[in-house]
Amino acid sequence: MLSRTADSLFWLARYTERAGNVARGLAVASRMAAVSARLGDEVEEWHSLLTALGGETDFYRKYPEPTAEAVVHWLVFDPDNASGILPCFEAARRNARAVRTALTVDMWEALNDGWNHLRTLLPDATEGGNLPDLLGWVRERVTLFNGAAYETMLRDEAWRFVHLGTMLERADNTARLLDARHKLLTAETEGAVDYVQWQAVLRSVSALRSYQWVFRERLQPRRIAELLILRPELPRSLLACFAGVAETLEAIAVGQGGRRGECHRLAGGLHARLRYGRIDAIFEEGLHAFLTTMISRAAELGGEIEAFYIQG
Amino acid sequence: METGAPVSQARTAAYDEMHTKDGVRPAYAEIERWLRATLREELDRKRHVAELLFRRIGITFAVYGEGGDPERLIPFDIIPRIIARSEWERLSAGLRQRVRALNAFLADVYGKQEILRAGKVPTALVLENEGYRQEMAGIAPPGGVYTHVAGIDMVRTAPDEFYVLEDNCRTPSGVSYMLENREAMLRLFPRLCARHKVAPVGRYPEELLETLKAVAPARAGGAPCVVLLTPGPYNSAYYEHCFLADEMGVEVVEGADLFVQDLVVYMRTTAGPRRVDVIYRRIDDEYLDPQAFRPDSLVGVPGLMAAYRAGNVALANAPGAGIADDKAIYPYVPEMIRFYLGEAPLLANVPTFLCEREEDRKYVLSHLDTLVVKLAKGSGGYGMLIGPHATLAQRQEFHARILAKPGDYIAQPTLALSTCPTMVEQGIAPRHVDLRPFILSGREIRIIPGGLTRVALREGSLVVNSSQGGGTKDTWILEDEAPTEAPSQGQSQSRWVAG
Repeated sequence: MLSRTADSLFWLARYTERAGNVARGLAVASRMAAVSARLGDEVEEWHSLLTALGGETDFYRKYPEPTAEAVVHWLVFDPDNASGILPCFEAARRNARAVRTALTVDMWEALNDGWNHLRTLLPDATEGGNLPDLLGWVRERVTLFNGAAYETMLRDEAWRFVHLGTMLERADNTARLLDARHKLLTAETEGAVDYVQWQAVLRSVSALRSYQWVFRERLQPRRIAELLILRPELPRSLLACFAGVAETLEAIAVGQGGRRGECHRLAGGLHARLRYGRIDAIFEEGLHAFLTTMISRAAELGGEIEAFYIQG
Repeated sequence: METGAPVSQARTAAYDEMHTKDGVRPAYAEIERWLRATLREELDRKRHVAELLFRRIGITFAVYGEGGDPERLIPFDIIPRIIARSEWERLSAGLRQRVRALNAFLADVYGKQEILRAGKVPTALVLENEGYRQEMAGIAPPGGVYTHVAGIDMVRTAPDEFYVLEDNCRTPSGVSYMLENREAMLRLFPRLCARHKVAPVGRYPEELLETLKAVAPARAGGAPCVVLLTPGPYNSAYYEHCFLADEMGVEVVEGADLFVQDLVVYMRTTAGPRRVDVIYRRIDDEYLDPQAFRPDSLVGVPGLMAAYRAGNVALANAPGAGIADDKAIYPYVPEMIRFYLGEAPLLANVPTFLCEREEDRKYVLSHLDTLVVKLAKGSGGYGMLIGPHATLAQRQEFHARILAKPGDYIAQPTLALSTCPTMVEQGIAPRHVDLRPFILSGREIRIIPGGLTRVALREGSLVVNSSQGGGTKDTWILEDEAPTEAPSQGQSQSRWVAG
């Protein structure tokens, strides 16, 4: 396949997945901010979301304080934030348009209709009671796109690059959403709102129910981290995502007669580390340090995929 | 009950392709019956469905830099244009002959230059022409083919009078409309299509691919790698580029997808560099290779011409093919046919005045009210004066322009382009049409029976270009002389119309 085509497929999947995860993170943060407001650390809530999503520096260059209004605008509409929901849809659609014939009609329509709706929204779409509806709608569109890809794409290299993008982005995003609350999960004592916060962490990856099914016991921070990092059954866990990345890269290599590079080694290593990892060891190392490493390894892996398949 | 067929006859002196003085031509008999039997509302509804169909598929023509919607739809007229078998055979024999001569001319002017030495075409006109590429001198492309895909614009003025209006030897576009228009007709009017034995056009992409493969360098073997090179999504014909590549099953690439190493062209793929053998390029000469032509080109491939000279890649159409379709060279095409083929030209040229020649210029300046004046280098219907329709001020402006730069202008008599019945606001009325058939030259010459019919939708207008408000029609070349008659639908068989 043409490298440019693979590049566009990979990135259109990444941007779409990112839009969905920003919507998840934002939904949980705005819920939590409502709870924290009474305790006076609303600002802390928004600040940690910004830090986790990685656009912190650019945000403070533009806005003096992380007020609810400013953060929501930044994460939904602001054209200066390339990882915002609307800019993500725009970038996904731009990539899709460049490889229109490599997509199925269903995928194209999921993206194109989503973009058309978003760009015509009025500013009040993010105000107060409207925000949860909007964020829910974004998650729906992303789910629709993923479903369209899963159900309609030929299982050839095009599908593999789309899937690769989704898996790698999801790994990155899960690590970030978990990192946003690493302090809470590693605290020695249980505070007043901690239980609600733990629920929020699970909710941000749509895994509150899953926790109950997997562990059948009350929420415990270490268990939550284990679920999101090491459990293969949770489709958004780091292990599940990196397994997806490694398998997909392997499938591409097999399809090309066994041609492999640094990205394959890196993906295999990451997968093995998670597959044979223990949560206690991770907590000993420090959850934040571990997650930060994961985020930067994911970025490194993205760079190697780019170098091997796109630039090479 | 109002039916769709108060078909009015052409009031102009133009040749009406459907009607004679006392009736309907045999090839149009079934169309006439169809129009008479179909309600106007039904035709309007079908026209609306056709428009939705084209929007949905995304067949748009991008017009940038003019304001308004940049992705425009070319209006599609649902009444097909019919050409009888015998007419087409005469036409296609003429097209074959003409394209053979154009290719021979190109091989000659970049080779031995015999036609110049014989004094049949002025040397300066060729060698000092912008379309002449010195870089091509001495290069022998595979099979001696330069213009692999030619679009020859034809107009008709009488039953047996077809004129070549212009040759397009560089990167003619429009073939996707020929194919999509037929698709639309088959969907909208399956029964009408079935009652006519219409020569199919659907094999064009296959024939194009065969043509391209035939000119691959010998080392490519049986399965050469063919790509289509596009300037990108902002090009007006981008839809067509993707459509053709898709239909042929080849990659559509941009300049940045290709690179040259050791005089070999590669494309960047996920499986590493892949050698490219044939490039169907839809980029103008000047932008092909910043090392050989315009250094500021961002859409080209550095080193491409060197690889081409080394014989490692085929370019279709060949760079420099534009010298053959230059409007100042056009008057000499009949001479080329006689010179290279030793045959009498089968297709007529429109008499053309080159304003550069003093005698011609004098005539043109004193007959601006009857002539069509065109830019020698122009295309798309821009910068054109149609004398009989122009105001005094417009004619004066062209008078001054011609005096200032005579070499830039040519002039031709205003032809009465033939008309075909067309759906317009007021009903069905005759509108002027032209025809662009596409001629493929590889190991042999192939012509798909059909072409792009362009129609000037404004009453009396002679400008058919899509950039100037023209539309398109499906073009039906009949396999038989006349269509079979239809039973009137749902009625008793006794109402068959005698024919």
